[in-house]
Amino acid sequence: MSRYLVNKFLFTVDRDPEWVERYREDPRGFVAWWEAEKANSLLNCHSGEASTWLAFEDEEREALATHDYVRLFELGAHPFLTLTLFIAMFERDYDEPLGFQKEYARRLAHFSLPYPDIAT
Amino acid sequence: MATLAAVIASTHHPFYYKTSTMPPEERPPFAEEWITKVTAFRETLTRAAPDVLVMVGSDHFHQLWLDNMPQFLIGKAPFYDANFYNEEREFGLPRMRLKGHEELSAYLLREGLDAGFDLAFSNELRVDHSITCPIITLRPQADLPIVPIYTNIFAPPLPQPARFVQLGRTIRQLIEAWPSDLRVAVIGTGHLSLELGGPRQFGPHGPDPEFDRKAVEWIATGDIEGCLSEVTLDSLWKPGNATHGFMDFMLMMGVAGDGVKADYMDTVDLFHTMEAYFTWYPKEAGA
Repeated sequence: MSRYLVNKFLFTVDRDPEWVERYREDPRGFVAWWEAEKANSLLNCHSGEASTWLAFEDEEREALATHDYVRLFELGAHPFLTLTLFIAMFERDYDEPLGFQKEYARRLAHFSLPYPDIAT
Repeated sequence: MATLAAVIASTHHPFYYKTSTMPPEERPPFAEEWITKVTAFRETLTRAAPDVLVMVGSDHFHQLWLDNMPQFLIGKAPFYDANFYNEEREFGLPRMRLKGHEELSAYLLREGLDAGFDLAFSNELRVDHSITCPIITLRPQADLPIVPIYTNIFAPPLPQPARFVQLGRTIRQLIEAWPSDLRVAVIGTGHLSLELGGPRQFGPHGPDPEFDRKAVEWIATGDIEGCLSEVTLDSLWKPGNATHGFMDFMLMMGVAGDGVKADYMDTVDLFHTMEAYFTWYPKEAGA
């Protein structure tokens, strides 16, 4: 379980307009690139330093590579991070106001309390 | 000693700015009532004539992150840039720059540490919509220096609800003992029942109207004991997965005082959450 790294992916992509577009257009390629090049970047630290141990589990990589926000919810990704990034990528494809957000809720409708643990 | 001029607790709805600044003919049907109520709420701060604002909010994974997550943090800086790219993108919020009140920040940090709160601090803090929303609703001219106080309501493990209340009580005691002739308003924002990124999000009203009704009653009557008897870190999942933001309201109940009724209260039912506005005037404030 590398819930922290899934959150780190969502967090770093969401704050970069160029990455948002790259992730929208080529999710599998972008996730592979990010894991290889960025997963071990220490945020808020000197740029020359990096971690050495961070990698996705297969199911996490696959959920990210398929834009599967339902599976991300199930895996305990932080719901706010997932929602914010996916709104940035897909709200534009819906004509009705909040259309994407409402579909997002419908696709999660089979979850009941307690929701998957989000603690990291 | 400083005067606690007003205590204000509010929800922070990031779409208020967009809703209130779009041309009237394009506004959604709920806009007029919302703007009217916010304008009336703003007056409750204006009449308190504050000199400095202590702003309690919670960073939404903007600057604060899981590699180094503080539970309670006070900003101490001469300025605070405000709002982030993803808040411009999603909510249409403007970039802002707020003045800081470093002397009060330093005082609250020193005295807060000595009072038993191991407060984190930041000398370069960019604040997000949990602090800019109440500036936009309550003090849109953004002319007063602020002291931002961030709480972790977002990234478990979280402090217990009682700890938020205790911090609120301590903030009040410290402000009232601050050797200054300034008038201080404490403004804190949180949420009632709220779901984000879950199956109950963006419904026709907040996810748990019964919780909202009870929460408004607790806040309006200052019923800290009743609130603490029902609210736990576990129980807050039930009204909605983002409802831990209610603990910022509990902090503000601690500032306002046990059993102290709000002098002003209002609510607005919006499409996915209930807005709620409360103001207390401490007796000695002369507002």
